[in-house]
Amino acid sequence: MPFGNTHNALKMKYASSEEYPDLSQHNNHMAKILTPAIYERLRSKQTPSGFTLDDVIQTGIDNPGHPFIMTVGCVAGDEETYEVFKELLDPIIEDRHGGYKPTDKHKTDLNPNNLKGGDDLDPNYVLSSRVRTGRSIRGFCLPPHCSRGERRAVEKMSVEALDSLSGDLKGKYYALKNMTDAEQQQLIDDHFLFDKPVSPLLLASGMARDWPDGRGIWHNDTKTFLVWVNEEDHLRVISMQKGGNMKEVFNRFCTGLTKIETLFKDKGTSFMWNGHLGYVLTCPSNLGTGLRAGVHVKIPNMSKHAKFEEVLKRLRLQKRGTGGVDTAAVGGTFDISNADRLGFSEVELVQMVVDGVKLLVEMEKKLEKGQSIDGIMPTQK
Amino acid sequence: MANNFARILSGKRNVGIMSLVGAGSLTAAFLLNREHVTAGAQVRRVYPASADYPDLRKHNNCMASHLTPAIYAKLVDKATPNGYTLDQAIQTGVDNPGHPFIKTVGMVAGDEESYEVFADLLDPVIKERHNGYDPQTMTHPTDLDSNKLKSGKFDERYVLSSRVRTGRSIRGLSLPPACTRAERREVEKVVVDALAGLKGDLAGTYYSLTHMTDQEQQQLIDDHFLFDKPVSPLLTCSGMARDWPDARGIWHNNTKTFLIWINEEDHTRVISMEKGGNMKRVFDRFCTGLKEVERLIQEKGWEFMWNERLGYILTCPSNLGTGLRAGVHVNLPKLSKDPRFTKILDNLRLQKRGTGGVDTAAVGSTFDISNLDRLGQSEVQLVQTVVDGVNYLIECEKKLEKGQDIKIPPPVRK
Repeated sequence: MPFGNTHNALKMKYASSEEYPDLSQHNNHMAKILTPAIYERLRSKQTPSGFTLDDVIQTGIDNPGHPFIMTVGCVAGDEETYEVFKELLDPIIEDRHGGYKPTDKHKTDLNPNNLKGGDDLDPNYVLSSRVRTGRSIRGFCLPPHCSRGERRAVEKMSVEALDSLSGDLKGKYYALKNMTDAEQQQLIDDHFLFDKPVSPLLLASGMARDWPDGRGIWHNDTKTFLVWVNEEDHLRVISMQKGGNMKEVFNRFCTGLTKIETLFKDKGTSFMWNGHLGYVLTCPSNLGTGLRAGVHVKIPNMSKHAKFEEVLKRLRLQKRGTGGVDTAAVGGTFDISNADRLGFSEVELVQMVVDGVKLLVEMEKKLEKGQSIDGIMPTQK
Repeated sequence: MANNFARILSGKRNVGIMSLVGAGSLTAAFLLNREHVTAGAQVRRVYPASADYPDLRKHNNCMASHLTPAIYAKLVDKATPNGYTLDQAIQTGVDNPGHPFIKTVGMVAGDEESYEVFADLLDPVIKERHNGYDPQTMTHPTDLDSNKLKSGKFDERYVLSSRVRTGRSIRGLSLPPACTRAERREVEKVVVDALAGLKGDLAGTYYSLTHMTDQEQQQLIDDHFLFDKPVSPLLTCSGMARDWPDARGIWHNNTKTFLIWINEEDHTRVISMEKGGNMKRVFDRFCTGLKEVERLIQEKGWEFMWNERLGYILTCPSNLGTGLRAGVHVNLPKLSKDPRFTKILDNLRLQKRGTGGVDTAAVGSTFDISNLDRLGQSEVQLVQTVVDGVNYLIECEKKLEKGQDIKIPPPVRK
């Protein structure tokens, strides 16, 4: 949408080599995988809704990347993007998701009963627990490509579904453009409010167009279940609470998601999902489960230990600062979450977080007492 | 009308209804009295116009003032022959509601034909922005004969520097919001080839943004020539910063008095400048340089986008006509403190800015003073306005120095 599906006709007047982007300064997954030959084969294609190859890769061209962090460098404009441009996206997915092959199958498991333990992470160390994912509504274009009419339709359907939730999931929707100052301040204080993206990674994809039209935040009355509408994805779903009861967080997460999905099915639509890629989202990095389960945990000793990174790697965990991705940790408190998204089920990923964080806390306690952690080093998961 | 685009979403996605731009009563009526614009590509639409109409209630820009639901519905299925659409043209105005005190334009052109295909919206926007200039009835005078300029040498005790700038677009290639990488590279090639043919005091060198050495970059920064990737959302939301810095660059002559930006907000921005008050020489060089570049591109079969109705065609409607801003940095310590300063400038059709350019504050009492108008007056007329106006300001300053009183001049134009 940003540069129009009709645009492709104009480009085809020029040779592929004349249109090929200059990626010599670039370090992202797209730049690693794209070749002039692939560009030539794919540039005449577009999805049924008109999303083109250049639409897919524009963000990766405009953002060469960071020498140490590998960004994805491409987005999907609709569900069909992953089919029409699979020649480019399959290798990117394989590179980003630990060798996931085009023939691999992804399992979805949102049965919280399958999670073992998770209700007893030590609250003296684990300050808060959170699980988030995203969902896309089948039949609508994704944020980089959607028209205003589509985005508003996504909002309308989502709010209708959310408004019919009951019990401890009962809540309220706050549209960004209609929010009062008082509501806005409360949402900021609750750390719920998302703002117009400033990251050029997101802006260059076109997902911030028409801000704040069609965007909003829904949360339940107890402030433990939160949905973002039309930010980077159609829906971002978050379950969170203070303390270490990840089991309860995951229970609510699964219950809420399943209920919302049922409500959508009743209205004749569903979430974008398939047996190979799992849940389909805007950024290829969020395919599969789209799930990030994490805790804020106090591990000042462990985080200074020489083997900290190695332990995280073996546990398939990732650290971030408590401000989220790309922030630094404050005072030894880290955000620890699963590194994977695709190729493992939701239950498996949350299990890794639960087991891994339990071990990290155990290690922290040992280090506090001056003991060694060598005896309890984990094996590679 | 044959617009059968209405479709209520049923939950299943099929290919959207195609709405054809082409020979049809709607297009024909619309193109009466215009140059013929051939049919554009199909615009894929799934929702009725009312569902896609933007929410402009908090907006204060020229586009928002004139885009009614009726005009939106009329134009939203149309595309230029290159495929540029209304939604693309207005995106920057939708994304940037504007400032309560500054009225931005809020839309851009993706190609020359945008000004025809979307005339129902652009004509009223142009009329508002350009002080009542009606593109449907008026013609714009182009005059680059700098010999006609009278006086034009300022008192250098007051005027520190003189500058004239404009833009030019290469006909047949899309404008920065819409151009493909190949088109942008073609613009660069056409212009750089032409500039390589300049001789004498116009001979110079091109510095591509992609290939610049660190040293070259530092020199260009020191000379205050280097432009950087735009950060203003007014510009980035239009799509003109895509693929940065591919095919962008700066050319300047050896004496650093004639400078061209390639593929920034327009295909080219042309600047003639020097220290001191010799606006005549600055304008002479400006006209000579522009005509020489035009001759050189014509040798290769290219030309600038221009028509009688709108003059030189540029990306932003605010720069139509001459696209010209002629200005000086002038020191007016007493006059700038006089309460009549603003009114004097208004009547002289002049605008003040800080010496950092648009939206900066003045430092000390040195101001950037330039023409307000762009369209409806020729280049010679506008530079004459600046010459006459700045001379008047200097006279006022001198009077105030001597303790004499000054007069607000009568308005030079309607």
